[in-house]
Amino acid sequence: MNLTPPRPSGPRPNVPVILDGEEVMAFDGESILDLARRLGTPIPTLCYLDGLSVHGGCRLCVVEVNGDSRLPLACATPVTSEMEIRTDTSSLRDHRRRVVELLFAEGNHVCASCVSSGACELQDLAADSNVDHIHYALEFPRIDVDASHPKYVLDRERCVLCTRCVRVCDEVEGAHVWDIAQRGNRSTLVAELGKPWGEASSCTWCGKCVLVCPTGALSFKGRSTGEMRHDPDIVAFLASARDEGEWIDREEPSP
Amino acid sequence: MAGPIDLDHVTSLEREARSRYSHRALVCSSTACLSAGASGVRATLESDLEASDRSGDVQVVASGCPGLCSRGPLVRVESRGREPTLYEHVDETAASTIAQQHLIEDQDRAEVSVIEPSLPFYAKQVKVVLRNAGLIDPDRLEDYVAAGGYRALSTALRTMTPAQVIDEVDASGLRGRGGAGYPTARKWRLLHDAVADPGQPKYVIANGDEGDPGAYMDRTIMDSDPHRVLEGLSLAAYATGASKGYLYVRAEYPLAIERLERAIRSAKRAKLLGRNVLGSDFALDVEIRVGAGAFVCGEETALMASIEGRRGLPELRPPYPTERGLWQQPTMINNVETLANIPAIIGDGAAAFAAIGTPESRGTKVFALAGSLENTGLIEVPMGISLREIVFDMGGGIPDGRTFKAAQTGGPSGGCIPERFLDSPVDYEHLQELGSMMGSGGLVVMDDSVSMPEVARFYMEFCRDESCGKCAPCRVGTVKMFDFLDRICRGDGRPRDLWHLESLCKTVRATSLCGLGQSAPNPVFSTLDHFREEYVELLREESLAAPAPDGVVDRGSLPTWGDDA
Repeated sequence: MNLTPPRPSGPRPNVPVILDGEEVMAFDGESILDLARRLGTPIPTLCYLDGLSVHGGCRLCVVEVNGDSRLPLACATPVTSEMEIRTDTSSLRDHRRRVVELLFAEGNHVCASCVSSGACELQDLAADSNVDHIHYALEFPRIDVDASHPKYVLDRERCVLCTRCVRVCDEVEGAHVWDIAQRGNRSTLVAELGKPWGEASSCTWCGKCVLVCPTGALSFKGRSTGEMRHDPDIVAFLASARDEGEWIDREEPSP
Repeated sequence: MAGPIDLDHVTSLEREARSRYSHRALVCSSTACLSAGASGVRATLESDLEASDRSGDVQVVASGCPGLCSRGPLVRVESRGREPTLYEHVDETAASTIAQQHLIEDQDRAEVSVIEPSLPFYAKQVKVVLRNAGLIDPDRLEDYVAAGGYRALSTALRTMTPAQVIDEVDASGLRGRGGAGYPTARKWRLLHDAVADPGQPKYVIANGDEGDPGAYMDRTIMDSDPHRVLEGLSLAAYATGASKGYLYVRAEYPLAIERLERAIRSAKRAKLLGRNVLGSDFALDVEIRVGAGAFVCGEETALMASIEGRRGLPELRPPYPTERGLWQQPTMINNVETLANIPAIIGDGAAAFAAIGTPESRGTKVFALAGSLENTGLIEVPMGISLREIVFDMGGGIPDGRTFKAAQTGGPSGGCIPERFLDSPVDYEHLQELGSMMGSGGLVVMDDSVSMPEVARFYMEFCRDESCGKCAPCRVGTVKMFDFLDRICRGDGRPRDLWHLESLCKTVRATSLCGLGQSAPNPVFSTLDHFREEYVELLREESLAAPAPDGVVDRGSLPTWGDDA
């Protein structure tokens, strides 16, 4: 298992590094990603989440480092003295954009019908990496929605296999309900070796997996547009409440 | 308990026993000949001899692989005071003829087709790793010992320090035979210098998860001479201070697994494994782990995950296995063929080994010759031999009046080498220059009837099916690269598909997590480099003739996002 790179140590950053042409000081053992975030340099990530082990699966945080013919991952590579890092070259932008397009081609990412639209990291990545078309044929997978859990929903068509849920459940909650089954493009998120989520007795209902999901694959029940309760009265109330001094006194409407 | 084996005593007993027979008939019982009916051949020989009065005079042995698989089943007869004879295409009728004429009537040769030793397929070989293959019974420790086996281990344990063993391997210039060609001694030194946690062992692993289509070098080494692999692994463990060894063998090799299991048992009984090996302080426990059929488990971090019982997924490096490997302890993974070279290097000395091959690539390489050739099978050649010699002399050229088109080396990570490079020497550097790679040793020859885009599609389909799915570029990229190739092969491709295919290949190569994804585009790159016109010919004609009308966007023709990475 990969461990999170060592946290910064020592009182002040003392490792000289060149980040996008500027000389900066990094903490000893700090990852390139931590350094860049500390200094406000954006590097796109998807599978990385502070506090969880490093997965290295989304490959979006690739950077260029002088003297390295490969593209190291910012999330998994500690800085070294005199390292020369480039985070935003045209070739890196091309690679990232293609990977984001591949993710879109793999699932059914239809923002208009998604509970997470507007709060979706994949959507943000698409915008940030200038995705305007998907140049690859869409796969259109048809996978049943698992709504067997009383509180949460899993829609695998929206899953990008970042494994944040797998890791948070294992490493933080300690339950390890989730894991990935099958391989390659048949890889799929499963609860307890393939049970419906609602029957997974190891699930503690903590909801951490839902909170860390970057897309709409894991969501709270009742939050999607279709599940919202129409209540025209509340709109009328909001429009007139301030003027009529009803803001504080109004009783809760009965359900 | 009995003491350790006395190698010289066993050898003299074995020689004596063998001298009582006037004929020794070795029936190839490796995978290829077995599937061509070798067990029936052996049964016929045995029953025919049983029926005569000569059965006590002839030894019938189930041997390993003599190499020329396309002419199997092969039977080699060694007769006292005569040159050995190698019979080809031996079916049960031919076996009866051999039994009657050669073994019973003691004629020089039976009237069965024979492979002459002067055949270039054999004459051009230099055998180090396959020295015993086809000459001994892989299931008998005594056969291996009588052929000089375990002498290197015994010498090392008695007269050499671990550092001296590593120096000897260093002096031999041996490089990893799994494909990448990393200097073996350098890896050994890393493990030698690494320190395990208190009370924990260091590990050595033999990687027998050979998965390239058409390649079976490691399988043959394991099923024809399993003790050589064990001896190599023991020497690696002694040199590096490891005390636990694993043989990771894919489940598709049941015969190799069975023979290795038997070899481990007999080596343990003879005190060649376990505690106090050959009476020394050196201890090594060896176990077999059977892979569950995933190509990616040949990648070393995925292989270790699989041994630990987890999903076989590659992990980020560093830390490298020699720092933190199996169960977080220092671990070294060597390919089976690499390890099979070690007994020869320690036994005959580094100088003898280094005298073979080229300055950068020393020693020999085993190749599995396959495809459009007269002779297919397993060969061991000195590094630096030309492809032309392999294909036209040893392989016997292209059958059915066809002509040579390309040779594919390195499997799904490699590339295709066209005719004009046939004279380049076969070694790590030159193959890489040609856009291919040594790989583990698969060599598939294609004639002029083969479509190169279809070759690329075949390998991409393989990578798509074998991608583990951990990283996005490989998981989805291989699917999309396959889609483009498939469309082009079906004649539906447009110019933009070729453009997208190439740009996607670059991204998948640059951004994938492990070697599988990084090298998956190689067959596409190399076929495009050498045979681009075949792709262009397949593109839809109307799309070439009539460009999109004004206002209709052919996305591929628009340089919307920068130049290529």
